[in-house]
Amino acid sequence: MPKSHNAPDEGSSSFPQAASLELRDVSKRYPNQKEPAIVELSLEIPAGEVCVLVGPSGSGKTTAMRLINRMIALSSGDILLGGQSVLKRDPTKLRREIGYVIQQIGLFPHQTVAENIATVPKLLGWERDRVNRRVEELLSLIGMDPEEIGPRYPAQLSGGQRQRIGVARALASDPPLMLMDEPFGAIDPITRSRLQDEFLSLQARVRKTVVFVTHDIDEAIKMGDKIAILRQGGKLAQYGPPEEILTDPADDFVAEFVGADRALKRLGLSTLANVDLVAPNGLRPGTNRVALTASVRDALSQLLAGGGEPLTVVDDNDDVVGLATLELLGGVLADGGLHTEEQGAGDRA
Amino acid sequence: MSYFAAGGPVIPNFGGGSSSFACERANRLFCTHWLSQNWDSVLWPALRQHVVLTVIAVSIGFVVSTTLAVIAHRRGWVERPVLIITSILYTIPSLALFEILQGVPGFGLSATTAEVALVSYTLLIMFRNTLTGLREVPDEVRDAAAGMGFGPSQTLLRVELPLALPAIIAGVRIATVTVISLATVASLVDNEGLGVPILSAISNNVFKTELISAGVLAVALALLSDALLIRLQRRLTPWSRAS
Repeated sequence: MPKSHNAPDEGSSSFPQAASLELRDVSKRYPNQKEPAIVELSLEIPAGEVCVLVGPSGSGKTTAMRLINRMIALSSGDILLGGQSVLKRDPTKLRREIGYVIQQIGLFPHQTVAENIATVPKLLGWERDRVNRRVEELLSLIGMDPEEIGPRYPAQLSGGQRQRIGVARALASDPPLMLMDEPFGAIDPITRSRLQDEFLSLQARVRKTVVFVTHDIDEAIKMGDKIAILRQGGKLAQYGPPEEILTDPADDFVAEFVGADRALKRLGLSTLANVDLVAPNGLRPGTNRVALTASVRDALSQLLAGGGEPLTVVDDNDDVVGLATLELLGGVLADGGLHTEEQGAGDRA
Repeated sequence: MSYFAAGGPVIPNFGGGSSSFACERANRLFCTHWLSQNWDSVLWPALRQHVVLTVIAVSIGFVVSTTLAVIAHRRGWVERPVLIITSILYTIPSLALFEILQGVPGFGLSATTAEVALVSYTLLIMFRNTLTGLREVPDEVRDAAAGMGFGPSQTLLRVELPLALPAIIAGVRIATVTVISLATVASLVDNEGLGVPILSAISNNVFKTELISAGVLAVALALLSDALLIRLQRRLTPWSRAS
């Protein structure tokens, strides 16, 4: 069982890294409802990628996610995890291999944080030492002190802390797949943004295959390697990387769902490092500075706020690497933002 | 031990003056001498019997009502018939129930009759509390348990019942105090428990010292049991005070 990415883990995991996931013509009909909840949904999610299911309420995104670990039985089609049909698996055993995070978190109030995190490893029959090591490792991974937080009860934690513990609990057995249903939905915007960033940096280390459900297109753009947009009645409207969805919406529904500001959202995906900056020759670096790692969107905002004065772009060492002008960033916007005018210019990133 | 102290209590004879103690002859409010003379032979055995009666009744009632509550939790239709039957049992006046039961063939004047009646009074309380406790387990906790790979019985034993514990123990507390009180009446059919000295005091021109001693013991037993059960609950559910 080769383990490449998970550096802090020393042999306590029970599953191989990440598994690919494939939904094949998956449909779900409820007996008492005329309209199906999901119609012939097909998605291929490569191992180690985050796929965000996004759509308005009634689009069946949560249903689709719950079909994967068989919390809901599918009506037709098949779901393959690592090439193997989940329908051939015992549901409880299958679920122990799939991390599960829900919006309300569902921590066990009668168990300490450490006991909560140890849930699935204990179900899998790990030895006590191995469980304890794993719990400490995960608490450290999410930036919490095992000595301090481990013995607490969920009621003694803040909402943000509880949500982190929920993610840690889902990661406990190092599952090849994580299902996350609006995991940051019930959290204030500032904490949510921080948790999103934390999860992305965590994901960069653990490289799970993740199915992430949200109704928030901005969250989808931020979190997803790929985004699947579902429309009412569980039909797939578009599936692709965020860039593609923003540049080239498949239809009016998608265009409306991603918002009229999709051009700006797209700028949010690139940093100034992706832009050919104006050489500073002749122009003196101004006082209005911006980091090379800032998003093009934030740089544009700063530019506009400064009345259009060119921004001095600096790298980590505070050395000037170029200038960002209104004209330059406007050009980037025009290239990618309006798909009616795209002629191959849209593939700059 | 099973049969009430041979020879019975020393009952003062107010008219005949067989007792050499003025306090008892005059049937004053409380005679400590009588208490010290009769503790070992009358009160202590009665108290022990009372505890045994109560523990047996609450234990059987606990097992029966918890089982019924778990079934009703899984299959909702079970709740109504159980509630109807246990409510009827609960509302029958205790004297009447003892009287009816001892007329049933095989029951008669026995410990069985006493226990069956006492158990029947615990069922409604403990059934309703346990069922409420199970139902109040948050949906998301149940969902998370299922999503992590708990089977139905694992969810019940490791999540639902532990989380229902405060409600379950609250039911046990009420049932215990109820049984301690009713068990005094049970001595009508089963010559055991603190009801025996109470009845003997009443039948002996209301001998105050004996009546008060036994009554106070019953109340003290109820209070002590309740306090112990509260401690048990704190011990078992440390999380319920965490916040």
